[in-house]
Parts: sequence; structure tokens; C-alpha cells
Amino acid sequence: MPSLFFTRLRQGQRTLPFPDAGPDLPERFRGLPIIDQSLCPSGCDACVEACPTDAIASDDSLAIDLGRCLFCSECSNACPQGAIQFSRQYQLAASRRADLVLKTGQSLQLAHRLADDLHRILGRSLKLRQVSAGGCNGCEADINVLNTVVFDLGRFGIQFVASPRHADGLLVTGPVTRNMSLALEKTYAAVPHPKIVIAVGACAIAGGPFREHPEVLNGAGAILAVDLFIPGCPPHPITILDGLLRLIGKIASPAAAHGEAP
Amino acid sequence: MTISLPSFHNGEPISLASVPLLSIREFREEIIAAAGAGATLTALFGTPAESGRVRLFSVLGDPVAGGLAALSAEVDDAYPCLTVECPQAHWFEREIAEQWRIEPQGHPWLKPIRFQAPYRPPGRTWARLPGVTDFFAVRGPEVHEVAVGPVHAGIIEPGHFRFQCHGERVFHLEISLGYQHRGIEPALVGGPGKRTIHMIETLSGDTSIGHATAYCEAMEGLGGVAVPARAQALRAVALELERLANHTGDLAALAGDVGYLPTAAYCGRIRGDFLNLTAAICGSRFGRGMVRPGGVLFDVDPRLAADLTRRLDNALKDLEDAGRLMWDAPSVQARFQDTGAITAETCAALGLVGPAARACGVERDIRQDFPSGFFRFAQIPISRWSTGDVFARAWVRWLEIQRSGVFVREQLASLPHGAIQTPVGAPRPDHLVVVLTEGWRGAIAHVAITDPNGRFARYKVIDPSFRNWIGLAIAMREQQISDFPLCNKSFNLSYCGHDL
Repeated sequence: MPSLFFTRLRQGQRTLPFPDAGPDLPERFRGLPIIDQSLCPSGCDACVEACPTDAIASDDSLAIDLGRCLFCSECSNACPQGAIQFSRQYQLAASRRADLVLKTGQSLQLAHRLADDLHRILGRSLKLRQVSAGGCNGCEADINVLNTVVFDLGRFGIQFVASPRHADGLLVTGPVTRNMSLALEKTYAAVPHPKIVIAVGACAIAGGPFREHPEVLNGAGAILAVDLFIPGCPPHPITILDGLLRLIGKIASPAAAHGEAP
Repeated sequence: MTISLPSFHNGEPISLASVPLLSIREFREEIIAAAGAGATLTALFGTPAESGRVRLFSVLGDPVAGGLAALSAEVDDAYPCLTVECPQAHWFEREIAEQWRIEPQGHPWLKPIRFQAPYRPPGRTWARLPGVTDFFAVRGPEVHEVAVGPVHAGIIEPGHFRFQCHGERVFHLEISLGYQHRGIEPALVGGPGKRTIHMIETLSGDTSIGHATAYCEAMEGLGGVAVPARAQALRAVALELERLANHTGDLAALAGDVGYLPTAAYCGRIRGDFLNLTAAICGSRFGRGMVRPGGVLFDVDPRLAADLTRRLDNALKDLEDAGRLMWDAPSVQARFQDTGAITAETCAALGLVGPAARACGVERDIRQDFPSGFFRFAQIPISRWSTGDVFARAWVRWLEIQRSGVFVREQLASLPHGAIQTPVGAPRPDHLVVVLTEGWRGAIAHVAITDPNGRFARYKVIDPSFRNWIGLAIAMREQQISDFPLCNKSFNLSYCGHDL
């Protein structure tokens, strides 16, 4: 018993002060990609060709689909001019799928709070059922970590629950395999109304590295209406937490500014 | 062995023409004799043959001499199964039956393992609705059945578990997987392509470094290049950090499952400290983007090495404290000891790998038996225990944490000088390469076969979970059903790594 006590003292208080203070991210962290169109040589499609998930389009100017992006840096490594750079912005969650397609000079429209009627019901107590539907255990692990003392998800009124009948919504990971689609549908049906769906990771948003495989449905959006998209492969836990807190209004999202880099 | 097979090393490509094409009778005799003499069945899988038949390949490993041997045979729609005489083959043969519509005749447990579409047209062999199969059932007074999953109570991947119980006692557990099947193997055929490494890194996303290293060593073998020593050392550091993080997380989960919250809370946090060390090197907590064919993408300068060492020491110190609490708690030991025990004989017969095998006293570790990369120059002693129970599986992880910690500290202090990357040539056509690495769950095997154009004709991935799921089922026999979560955590197997 004394050793329990002294260990407790030595291990100390480890909960991050987030969101009151910013997170301590690694120097080499790859967050929101930034496009500098002025550096992009015309006629060069090196980044488009390098991207493993076809997340980059170059019709009139470059556009990156953060929903497909693996944040792997193949594009920035391929660009001879450095026109694409990964910034340290960890806030990546969006409310609409279309908001994740980031064009040159456009800042990301971050997720907004739930509509008033939903927010009144779910804003202070959000219970989620997690369903992995082909997830690689990367997203799952970094969702699980929100339950540790470091992130202490419970202090925000958010909890992962065992039964869909006790849940206010689903948090889906993985590209939604054909072999899991029925189980996902049944789990969704078991959640009482009103209910929300959150898609975490490139797989759940757009299929990730398995996009267009006949065995997958390219994400949760194929069978469910998604209320929150959290990009990444996997997203950093702080990115997931930031998205959840925006959804319940504990972090406010300004309207996106157009014409300037974020 | 009745025929002498040419031996080759881990990562050494051999020409496809040099792989003996035997009759199915000789093929079976070779495998049964070798397995009986202590060889590991490293791989057994089908590939399409020009004749429209299926060519079965087998790779045998000699853990004492460190050599590998490959052999093959062509079959039509059926052949006499190996499983009865060589139980290691049981899951491989179920996979062959499902993928190629070939019946291993006499297989005692022939059911789908992934509920996937067969690779060989036409149609399907089994109904494709996952989890719908004829489960083994026990009947009698007071016998009942418990079905769990695919959706489980925690934040965890999907799988279906069917228990045959007598009161609280489990007679039998059958595990039915396939829910995570993403079609990775067919998507790798025709590669390598720009998406290949990303599928490899996410085929079991908590083992990105282990699988990426295996893939890259295969590409380097086929391309005929030697990777700079500094890159090899950094790969080994990343692999051991992956082991540290996952083993620590497993200790947290085991403590949590017996309700010992101090160690669960501390280790849950310390696991993140190890993940953050990997992120400090390559920006990703799971090592995504670290290992690439020809080397690594991120270097560690002296300042970063010093920072990593300081943080590693702090994490190990906290872990020592957190672990001691659990090892000294009689209530924890009472739950861990004698729960879910497997004998060394069963372990060897089934071909279990990794900490689960070493916990049965079986001395099996790719880093020692078939070393490749930096493990040819720097060794890590094998950690073993003998009781084969939950305690042993936890304790082996604890021992491995100590040894990996020492290894990482030593390597960071003495990284070889030089480049971290070298260009890799195109893969040699018509070759076969076998790469083994010791991931944190155990032996990872990749077998690449190239076509006449140097593209993948077949890329076979064998995650350690593929071999170990049966271990969990066996460990549950005669246990209380309430001990299932504990037994499950003590294996902590990958669903997606199995389902591919």
C-alpha cells in the first residue's frame, strides 16, 4: 500500500491542459497541407501522380482532398518547388464532406457546433458507440487513447459506451468492408433517435489506402449520413479531440477566411 | 528430409526456376518430415499456374541452422490434406480452400476463415455472409452457447466468438473472422505501385514498422541492394519502439481487465510516451512514412538522439514503477497465474509465434533464428517463461520491454555514420523472396513472387495473428468464460492483419 501511494506521487498529474493551452506536437508532425500556387510550375503534375490515394487535383489550380489524404508527404517530397508543405495545424475536422476539399488560398472551414436542437440534447453529455469496419487499429488505438489520463475525455462529458442502445451516435473507423456493412447498419439502427455519425480517418471518410477495392464501400458515407469528418491516417488524438469538442460547441469555429492561407 | 532442398536466407531472392516442383505426394512427404524434425511451416499458399491449375508453394524454416527452403507442387481441385499429420498447416489449408476452391481432403475443420471471394473463378465455395457457418456445437443438459460480436463492447476491431459452455466453464471456443477483409492481397498483385507501401503500413496498423520493414527488405532483396547501416539501425530502433509501445499498452489492458487500475492508468499513459518517441523521429505515432525501400525517410541527429534517450529513460523509469505495483500485487497474480495455459507441445504443434510461444518456453524469435537487417549485428537476448499462462504472456512482454529499452538506448548512442537511403533497382523478374521479421506480436512473413516483367505475381503476407488465433481458442478450454477478456488481452491479436 505505501508503494501505491508513493508511485501515485511520482507519476504525478499528467492530464493535458487542452483546450485551454495548445498541444505539444512533435516537430515533424504533419498537419494541414498548405498549397502555394505561385510556386507550382505549370504543366507539372508530379504531386498528382505521386499521391497514393488520388487526393490531389490540378484542374485550374491545385486542390487537396483532406478526406482522402494520408498525410504521407509523398506530394511534398515529389514537388521540385516545395509548393505543398505540411503545416503544424492539427485542427482538421469538418462538418461537410465538401469542406475537406481544400483549394489554393482557401482556409479550412472547421466543423461547426451541432444544430441547436441536437446541441441542447447532446452538448453536455455525448455517448458514442465505436464501430471499426475494416479499420487497421491505428484510428482505433488513437481513439482509445482519449480515455487515458492524458486526454481524460470524460471531463468533456463524452464517453464511449458498450451498447448502441445507450449511445447518442456512432463513431466509425475503417473503409467499411462489405463483410462489416450489415453489422454497421444494424448497430446504427439500434441507436435511439436523435443520433449522429462521426467518421474518423481517411478510410472512414473515403476508403483510405483501400479506396476502390471491390471489398470495401469507400467509407461510412456510403451507407450513413455523416455529421463530422476527422481526417488523418490516423488523425492525431488531439485532432480527434478537437473535432469532438467543436461538434459539442466546447471549441468555437470561426467562419473560414477566403483568399488567405490559414 | 527425403530430397535435399536448396537452402537460402531470410531476404535472399532465389530464382523461381530453382524452386523444386514436386508431385503432391513428394510435397506432402517433405513438409511432414521437415515439420516432424522441428522445422517451422513458414508459409503455405497457392498461386495460379499457367496450366490453369494451382501451384502450391511452401516455405520451411530451420530455426537452428537459420536456413529456409521452398518447394512447390501443382494441384487441381483437391489433394490429401497436410493438417492431420502436420497441424501447423491447419489455418493455411483453410485459406487455400477458400481462396482457390481446392479441397484439402480429410481436413478436420474445413470452414472459411475470411468469407472472401475466391481468387479462382467461377463463383464461390461457401456462402459469403460473414459469421454464417456450421459452428461446432455441444449438446446436453445445462450446456449453453454464448455468441459475441462482430461488434464488441470496447473500441476494438470486429470478430465473432462462439463459446460452448457448461455453466461458467468453457468447453470450446470457435473464432470466426473476416469482417475486416479489405482485399489487400489481390490489390498487391501487379505491383509494386504507389499505393503498395501504404497498404503494407496499414494492413495491421499497429505493426506498421514490422510490416513495412518486411516489405522493404523484400524489395531490396529483389532489387539487389544493400541498405546503409545507419538506415538499418534506425529501422531496428523504430521496430523496438513499436514493441515497447504495444507491450506497454498490453500490460495496461491486462491490469485493467483484472480491475487493477493504477497500473492500467499509468501504463496506458506510458504507452503514449513510446508512441510519441516514434512521432519525434518521423512525425507519426505509428511510424507511418518512416521505412521505405532503400532505407528510411527520417534521420536522427545527435540532438534528437539525446532528446529521445532522455525521454526513453523517463518512460522506462515510470514503467518500472507502474509494473512493479502489478507484479507485487497478490490479487493480480492470482488472476494471471494458471489462467489460459498452453503447453509447449501444443504451442509447437500449432506453430504459435511471438510472446505467446515464448511464454510456453518455446525458444522462437526471428531476431535470433533468422536475423536480417541490423539484427545481424546487434542481438537482443530471447525472453522466455515456461508456464504458458496469462502470467507468462504478460511477464515475457515485461522482459522484452527491458531488453528493447536497453537495445534502443545502445543504438541511439552509437548510430553508424553514413546515408539513410540508397536507390533500389527494379525487382528481378521470375524470382521469389521470403522475408521474416519479428514484429511485436511475433513472426511476420512476407513472400513475394515476381512475374517475367518484375511485377508481383503474388505477394503473400502472413501476420503473426494468422498463426496465433487458434492459440487463444485452445487457451480458453476448461476456463471460466469470465476469463475470456483476460485471455484475449494476453494474446491481443490483430483482426485486420489476419483478414487482410
